[in-house]
Amino acid sequence: MNRRFSWFNATSLTLGFTFLYLPIIILVLYSFNASKLVTVWGGFSTKWYGELFRDQAFLDAAEVTFEVAIISSTVATILGTTAAYVLMRAGRFAGRTLFSGMIYAPLVMPEVILGLAMLLLFISIGLDRGILTIILAHITFTMCFVSVVVSSRLVTFDKSLEEAALDLGCTPFDAFRSVTLPIIAPAVISGWLLAFTLSLDDLVISQFVAGPSSTTLPMKVFSSVRLGVNPQINALSTILISIVTIGVITASLVSKRQIAQQRADEQAAVRT
Amino acid sequence: MFNFRRLALILTPYLWLGFFFLVPFIIVLKISLSDYAISIPPYTPLLDLSAGWTGLREFFNGLDFENFSFLADDPLYYTAYLSSLKIAAISTFLTLLVAYPIAYGMAQAPDEWRPTLMMLVILPFWTSFLIRVYSWIGILSNEGFLNQTLMWLGIIDTPLVILNTSTAVYIGIVYAYLPFMILPIYSALEKLDGSLIEAAEDLGCSKASAFWLVTFPLSRPGIIAGCFLVFIPALGEFVIPSILGGTTTLMIGKTLYEEFFSNRDWPVASAVAVVLLLILIIPIILFQRNEQKQREAGQ
Repeated sequence: MNRRFSWFNATSLTLGFTFLYLPIIILVLYSFNASKLVTVWGGFSTKWYGELFRDQAFLDAAEVTFEVAIISSTVATILGTTAAYVLMRAGRFAGRTLFSGMIYAPLVMPEVILGLAMLLLFISIGLDRGILTIILAHITFTMCFVSVVVSSRLVTFDKSLEEAALDLGCTPFDAFRSVTLPIIAPAVISGWLLAFTLSLDDLVISQFVAGPSSTTLPMKVFSSVRLGVNPQINALSTILISIVTIGVITASLVSKRQIAQQRADEQAAVRT
Repeated sequence: MFNFRRLALILTPYLWLGFFFLVPFIIVLKISLSDYAISIPPYTPLLDLSAGWTGLREFFNGLDFENFSFLADDPLYYTAYLSSLKIAAISTFLTLLVAYPIAYGMAQAPDEWRPTLMMLVILPFWTSFLIRVYSWIGILSNEGFLNQTLMWLGIIDTPLVILNTSTAVYIGIVYAYLPFMILPIYSALEKLDGSLIEAAEDLGCSKASAFWLVTFPLSRPGIIAGCFLVFIPALGEFVIPSILGGTTTLMIGKTLYEEFFSNRDWPVASAVAVVLLLILIIPIILFQRNEQKQREAGQ
């Protein structure tokens, strides 16, 4: 169907997207402001970026954050994919309802409660707070998101493909590796990306379970933001926003090309 | 061999979640029932398993709901709960008002525009929540972008005080959770059969009444899902009231955090968490039921 924008829809979309993007645009603009005051435009300057890269505390926090995000999202992807597979393919087993409850509950649980609960666990088993506790906590809450993404893919794809592989003499593990995994791979990758982003962004849970020597970037941002606007934070935000924007646009272009490729393949298959 | 593998497959994520998710909640529940003490950790442990049967009996004798009755007595807590409920409810409604026209416009947009519009809605969702909330400080503060613009236009003479009030919290919640409201409404509107509206108009409906009689009721599942997706996290929100709300806005997530870190009263903080969970169970169950109904209707 070919439609054009009515004036009403054009207005509401323009206003809506202005509301969504104007704060981010202002934030980015002020990262290039030479003046320390938020209100005065002192000319174009990149000095806040320079100051950011000379600030050792920020660099340390960035290192901790990326270390935590890479390790926790990788483990969370493995555990979350396993959990999704168990939920969708392992049939009935004792305590399945509890299991699915434990996967869905963290998605709707307020972060303050998750953080408090995990901190009390770490204290009662005598684990010192630090990078390890942040990683463990991040794995736990992000694996649930991975599992939801992967299981929604497992629901839609044809079970008979796996059954065919099993009938043809594959072991369950081989069938998973050579049939299931290639098909769900895009979902596993987006699950990893989601886990990575969630870990990168997390403030509240880290705030609870982190020790004095392990500060993540969001924690650093939070403590300086409480004192008001800080152009250094604007510079940092601009860098993070650019990375995310490039990532999302690339991902959508890749998936667009994949869909086009798939269509071309299907047409070629029909013709032969 | 096969069964052993299956067991290992099931047990790995099961035990992980059991240990890192379920056990912590049991600990929270336990601490919420224990007494505050000036020690490290700052509570008197109740259940002493090493003492065996006597320990268990003492545990049940020592159980009291002192912390919970403290929550009911101290006005700080129930006003915080009530004010969170109020803020979450009002901001959910405001989010709906802002999101509906956007979702509607997206669903009506030409086909070739839709992937781009979709990406524009999802993009902020991938951008740091903290940064998006922070961006409003520069806009809402007394010398901020909004006040300067309004004063430059001559609409106001003195700056409006918005930052550090509950208005700022409403704006923050609407802004941060907008994609969660747009997406379910959009997916409900997108599925809507356009011929139904044509039929309504052919039968003499005006455009407005066709909207209220056909489009709006058919988008209701999306509206309900979106409202829960905003209301549930907004109720326990911590970041937005801490950054935009100042000291005057009471929200229970912030109260819990301060109870734990500033007052170091773990038993009361745990009791606050338990009560918050009990309040959340109702909307969560309603949300699950709505999703279930949608899934069944889809099949």
